[in-house]
Order: sequence, then structure tokens, then C-alpha cells
Amino acid sequence: MLRYCLIALTLIVTTPARAAVDIQPVTSPGGFEAWLVEEHSIPFVALELRFKGGAALDLPGKKGATNLMVGLLEEGTGDLDARGFAREVEGLAASFEYDVYDDAVTVSARFLTENQDEALALLRGSLVAPRFDEDAVERVRGQVLSAIRSDLKSPRDIASQAMSELLYGDHPYALPLMGTLDSVEALSRDDLVTAHQNSLTRDRVYVSAVGDITADELSALLDSLLADLPEATVPLPGPASLNLPGGTEVVEFETPQSVALFAQGGIEREDPDFFPAFILDLIIGGGSFESRLMEEVREKRGLTYGVYSFLADKDQAKLWMGSVASANDRVAQAVSVIRDEWAKAAEDGVTAEELQDAKTYLTGAYPLRFDSNASIANIMVAMQMDNMPIDYIATRNDRVNAVTLEDINRVAKRLLDPEALTFVVVGQPVGLE
Amino acid sequence: MKRFTAVLATLMTFSQPLQAADHNTSDLVTDFTLDNGLEVVVIEDHRAPVVVHMLWYRAGSADEPVGQSGVAHFLEHLLFKGTETLEPGEFSATVAKNGGTDNAFTSYDYTGYYQRVAADRLELMMKMESDRMVNIRLTEEDIATERDVILEERNQRVENNASALFREQKRAVQYLNHRYGVPIIGWRHEMEELSMEDALSYYGTYYSPNNAILVVAGDVTPDQVEALAQKYYGVIPANPDLPTERLRSQEPPQTAARRMTFVDPRVAQPYVSRSYLAPERNSGDQAEAAALRMLSEVLGGGQTAVMAEKLQFETQQAVYSGAFYGGTSLDRTTFDLVVVPTPGVSLEEAEAAMDQVLVEFLEEGVDEAHLERIKTQIRASEIYARDDVEGLANRYGRSLTQGLTVQDVQDWPNVLQAVTAEDIMAAARKVLNPKTSVTGYLMAEEG
Repeated sequence: MLRYCLIALTLIVTTPARAAVDIQPVTSPGGFEAWLVEEHSIPFVALELRFKGGAALDLPGKKGATNLMVGLLEEGTGDLDARGFAREVEGLAASFEYDVYDDAVTVSARFLTENQDEALALLRGSLVAPRFDEDAVERVRGQVLSAIRSDLKSPRDIASQAMSELLYGDHPYALPLMGTLDSVEALSRDDLVTAHQNSLTRDRVYVSAVGDITADELSALLDSLLADLPEATVPLPGPASLNLPGGTEVVEFETPQSVALFAQGGIEREDPDFFPAFILDLIIGGGSFESRLMEEVREKRGLTYGVYSFLADKDQAKLWMGSVASANDRVAQAVSVIRDEWAKAAEDGVTAEELQDAKTYLTGAYPLRFDSNASIANIMVAMQMDNMPIDYIATRNDRVNAVTLEDINRVAKRLLDPEALTFVVVGQPVGLE
Repeated sequence: MKRFTAVLATLMTFSQPLQAADHNTSDLVTDFTLDNGLEVVVIEDHRAPVVVHMLWYRAGSADEPVGQSGVAHFLEHLLFKGTETLEPGEFSATVAKNGGTDNAFTSYDYTGYYQRVAADRLELMMKMESDRMVNIRLTEEDIATERDVILEERNQRVENNASALFREQKRAVQYLNHRYGVPIIGWRHEMEELSMEDALSYYGTYYSPNNAILVVAGDVTPDQVEALAQKYYGVIPANPDLPTERLRSQEPPQTAARRMTFVDPRVAQPYVSRSYLAPERNSGDQAEAAALRMLSEVLGGGQTAVMAEKLQFETQQAVYSGAFYGGTSLDRTTFDLVVVPTPGVSLEEAEAAMDQVLVEFLEEGVDEAHLERIKTQIRASEIYARDDVEGLANRYGRSLTQGLTVQDVQDWPNVLQAVTAEDIMAAARKVLNPKTSVTGYLMAEEG
């Protein structure tokens, strides 16, 4: 009952609101860095690890190796086979999620304070010494092949893959991160060991933790968790040269609703025009219900359930992208309205009122993101990967407020490129070629 | 030295039940009812200056009149159009200008509206949400345009997805007589005919304070919420004509197994899916539902469950297998199994293997160590739940619109802990009856 009383007490004495997040930088004796927010009111920890590199590190001809390897991290380590590992994790009520993206392998862990050491020993084993047992490899390979086959018949995934091939040419981004049926069939256990050595590396890791843990405890944890990982030996891929021919590419697929993706060039996060571009995107199509595209395509014309744009910030490619889905006989009109809006924004920019509304939204919404251990941990690890300063959170709203109408309309002219805006449409669209 | 004591403490707790047993989330919750019948639930979390404001109606697609499937969801969309004092779109625009986000959702038994905003904007949210409870104003143009939007939503969620079409057909086969067999979004031919009159009739029948639950979670106190709720919702009179019972035609006893096959060239991964009609959680009587929930975990809740053990690890006939039970439901729910076969294994073989697993399970019973691990995870989930008050808000909203009380919600973790292996087997013998099953095959071409 003691723990219960402590919790109740904490709730009473907690200050009414946390205006800013108190991030502590932590450096371990072994030289690992992490950002920490202590939050002792709930007896658990959210821990986020990011290994820069991801599926883009797949060696030539080995596409899908990193993805399959990541799928096998929870399939046994040390004395434990796949089921043994799963039983141990369940018994501790911990949760470890491993995922892969084009530019990173991600690990999201949460564990209870009361069995923290056992949970971390399991997590360490899965990262440092996965077994890659033959039967586990075949089982997980079967799951991956099933997922690839499903993507080949999903309009949205077909569109995404067609767009990648069009945009990226011979860059690693052009191939699906899960690999192809052929490349995954051909992967050997050695390929997985190599992918593990190449992508879970101690010099490309970023860490954040939020919860019931002190700086000293986190420091010790970092060394025990990460010290036995290898140094990186494979270089990150260079920048992709983007192919944006404009126009519309149609991929025929028998389905009642066409799915369209569109893309043009984007902007570096370090670019002084990044914030104006970010706000411009919000006004055009980045918000939920309040964007120009939602107003014109959905609210006024009922052409879609959702239309969005976003700045796609890959490590080696900066794009401005978006998507819409409309019935086959209406998608041509949706595409045409989007093209018109794109040209209009490039030509006329935005209004003072739109800019003001976007600012109040962005500055008001920002503090709301920091409402749980899990979300704060996610934000902090992303900030580190983007090279942001540790005091960024306190300065971010000032950067938003500093953007003037002049800035944003200059950036609209500089960046929006209706000629290069390239569509890929999957379905049986009427009136599109 | 500190580390050493931490290790010691861990060793001590290891031989005992997890400390998590001492945790539940009920200390965060306060509830009360206004004079006009509006129920209010407040969930406190003062870590960040954020609040989630949700209004739930005890009305969903299963409450729709015959021939108007989709009208509950259509009305949900239309509530973002204007009221007497708000222009169309102004509701969401105002939320956004205040840094908030908003949305809404419709299910069989409920419709809900929510905003996530800074805690000091709660009053504005209550003002606007209470306004659209009774004051919406629609034009024929709103109806025509928004009907196109929901048809595109149906295209996106269902028509473009063979698996979604299959699930829709299978549910229609499962429910012979209950509206749970009709899709929430509606059948296309009925959606195309939905009118302003249909939407307003549903609105007039079901949208009133005595048919709603207000859930506010985050950096607020019950006193603040009560004062604001009284000011904005408390002044709306109860609807005296609200139906006193949610009368739906119920399922007759199922006396024959049913089978269906859905064929679509867009299917990449065939699978077999099985459902059984099953009892749901009832107020003050949740033990059987708790046993079914535990049965779903034991049978198909993950890597160490019986189905995965036998079908994925031992015989390797399945790429994936699982069992599901949605116990929170106003009327009879289903217990579901799915098996996704490995290449070369036919759906008939997959089904036979699944049935074999059930036969063996009914003979062998529950592994006590496995049951203990599941209970440990459920205890811990109450700790993790404290990090997600929006999730807690959803838990209360869903439960209170589906026939349960605050007390039922708070009892549920303990009811789950009390389930024994014998309870699970009794539930399994009762529900997993071949005669009361529906089996569906999803495939790319006729087998």
C-alpha cells in the first residue's frame, strides 16, 4: 500500500503545469550521450534508441537484409530461443518494439522500475547478441514475404513504390525497404549477421529516456546496453539526385478508387527558409481540416475523404509531397484542383490572416505534444537526430513567430514549383494519361 | 551502493506478485451527474497543461432506422457544419486557432466528439460542443457535398480493400437479425439516398444531455469541470422523448454453422477467419466476459499463445494466427480466430489445423505459468495507462455508452485477475461450439 500513498501525494504536490520540459544531457563513462527527463510520478521508463542508417545501408543486391534482421532481434538471444525470449519479456511486463525506416533502425522500450535490471538485460541481449536461429530466420522470412506480397496488391503501396522508383533512380531509396520477393528469398544468415554489424553501431546511436530513472542510473544503463556494439564501417549513402519530370504517371490497377501521390523538391532543415516553408506547407495542405487543399478538394467539392501535403525530410532527399484518393471518375478533377492550388500559392502566396492563424495553431499546439513520457521520449530522440540544440524547445515558438508575410511569400516563389509537381496515380483513372 | 539496494529490492519483489498489483487508475477519476441527466467523468493528470474534452452519445449505427444505414456517421460529419452561431467549418477552425486538434468517431453503439487543447481553453470547447448538441443548421449543399465525402470515405476504407470487404460480408453473415451486421459507414446504396431529414431525425432523437457522457481528462480539477459543465451543458433541457431503452432486434439462437467465401483478385494473402457469437460485459456481471478475454490471450494473444505455439512454431502451417474478443459491447459480441497460412498450405488445411488446436486445447487446458504472465501484464498495463489519460478517457467513454458504469470500469482489472484456469475452460467449452460458428475464407481466386 505504501506505493499507492506515494502516488496520491505526488499528485497533490505537483505544480499545476510544466511550461517547459527540463531536459538533462547525460554522458556515460563510456562516452555515450543521452537526453533525460526525470518523471518519478509513474514507476516506469520510456526509452528510445535510434541507429542512424537503416534500410539505406543494405548492401547492393541485399535489399531487405536490415528489415529481416530487425525482425529477428526479438527472436532469441543467449540461452533463450524465440519463445523463451517472449516468455521472459511477458513475465516482466516490459515492451520492446524494433522497427526499420529508410534512414534508421528504431527501438522503443518501456519497462517497470521494479524489474528494470532484468528488462534491460533482455533488451541488451536482443541488440548485442541476437541468435538468428535457422528456424526463426525462415519463420520471419515467411512473414516478410507475406507482407511484400500484400504491398504488391495495395493501391497505396503500389503508388508509393512507383513514386520511389520514379524519384530516386539508382539510389537505395528506390527499392522498397522490405526488399523484393527475390532479394528476400536469397538472403542468407551471413547477410543478416552483416546487416546487424553494419546498422546497430555504437557511433551512430541516439538515446532518450523519460520516466522513473535518475541521470546516474541512465548513465550506467547506456554503457551496459551499448558498449559491446561495433563501430560503423559502412558509409551512409550520399544524397539522392531527384528525378521530378512533372506530369502524371498512371499505374493501371483494378480498384474503384484511385490513389494519387504527388511530389516536388523540398528544403533542408538547416535552411534559413525552413520555418517559412514549414508554415507554408501547413497552410497549403499540412493541417488537418484547415488547409487550402482540404477546403477546395473536400469541403467545397466533396472529391475526397482526405488530402494532405507534407515536407518529407529524408536524410538524403528533401521532398515536398502529398496524397489524395478519389473515385476513378473524379480523381482527374482532384488532381486538377491540387495543381491549380499549387500554382496559385506559388503566384500569390498566402494572406496575412492565414499566416496569423497558422502561427497561433503551431505555437498553441506545440506545448500540447509534451504530455506523456512516451511522446517526450520520441520528440527528444528525433531532436538529437536532427542536430537540434538541447534548448530548442524553449526557442521553437519564437522561430515560428519570427516568420513574416514577406518571408513566406518570398519562399512560396522560391520553392513552389508547379512545373515540377509530379503525380503518380494508381487505379483506373478516367481522363488522366 | 544505490545500485546494490536497487538489485536487492528487485530480488525481493521477484518472489512476490508484481508491485503493480497495488496500482489501478481509479484514484485519478471523479464522476457526477448533472440534473438534466448528463453524466460527467473527470480524469486528472497534472503533468502537462493539456486537456482532452470528449462528448459521447449513447447512439451509434446500431440505433439507426431501417433503410438509413450510415446516418449516424453521416450526422457525425455534419456536426462540423454550422450552427445558429457558428459558420460552417468555424468549429474546427476555432479549435485550430487555439492550438488544438479535434475529430469525431462513430461506432455501433456510440458517437463521440473530441478536442485536445491547452487546459485554459476548456471553457471555449464546452461552449461550442454544447452549442452543436442542439443547434446545428444545415443546407442542402452541405448534404450533397458531405454525402460525396462519406462515399469517398467508404471507397477508401472498404471498397479499395479486399480484406475490409470480406470482413463486412462476414459480419453480415454472423448477425442474422441484429444491426451489428450492417456496416457502421453504411451500405453504399443506402448512403447514396441519405437526406437532411434523415440526419436531423436521428439528431433530434438521440442528441441530448440525458443521452450523453462528458469525459474531461488532463490538467483540470473536478470542481472546475463541474462549474463549466453546469454553465454550458447544464442549461440544456433533457429530452423527455428520448427512448427509454435501446431496443434492437436481438440474434436468435444459432443452430447451424455458417460458411462463406469471398473472392477478389486484389487478395495477396489468403486467410481463414472464424467467429462465434459470445456474451459481452454486463454491468455488475463481468466474470464470463473476463474469462473470454483471458481465453483470447491464452489462445491467440501473441508469440507464446497456444495457436502461435502450435501453428507457427510446431507445424509451421501459419504465418500468423490470433484470437480476439471485444467484450465492451451493448449487445452480443463475437469471439474471433484468424489463421494466415504459409505458402503451400490451403485454407482447408489451415482451418483443419485451427480446429485441431481447439480440440487439443479443450483436452489439455490452460498452462498456469502462461496465465500468470498474462495477469502480470494486465497489472502492469494499469501503470502504463497512467501515462496515457486520453486512452483512459476512451476507456470510460466506450464503457459508459455500452451499458457499463464507472464502477464496472474500475472493477474490471480485478475481475480479470480473479479469472481461474477453470473459468477459462468453462468459457471455452461454452463459446467455441462448431454449431454456433461462422467461417470465412478470403482468397484471390476460386479454390
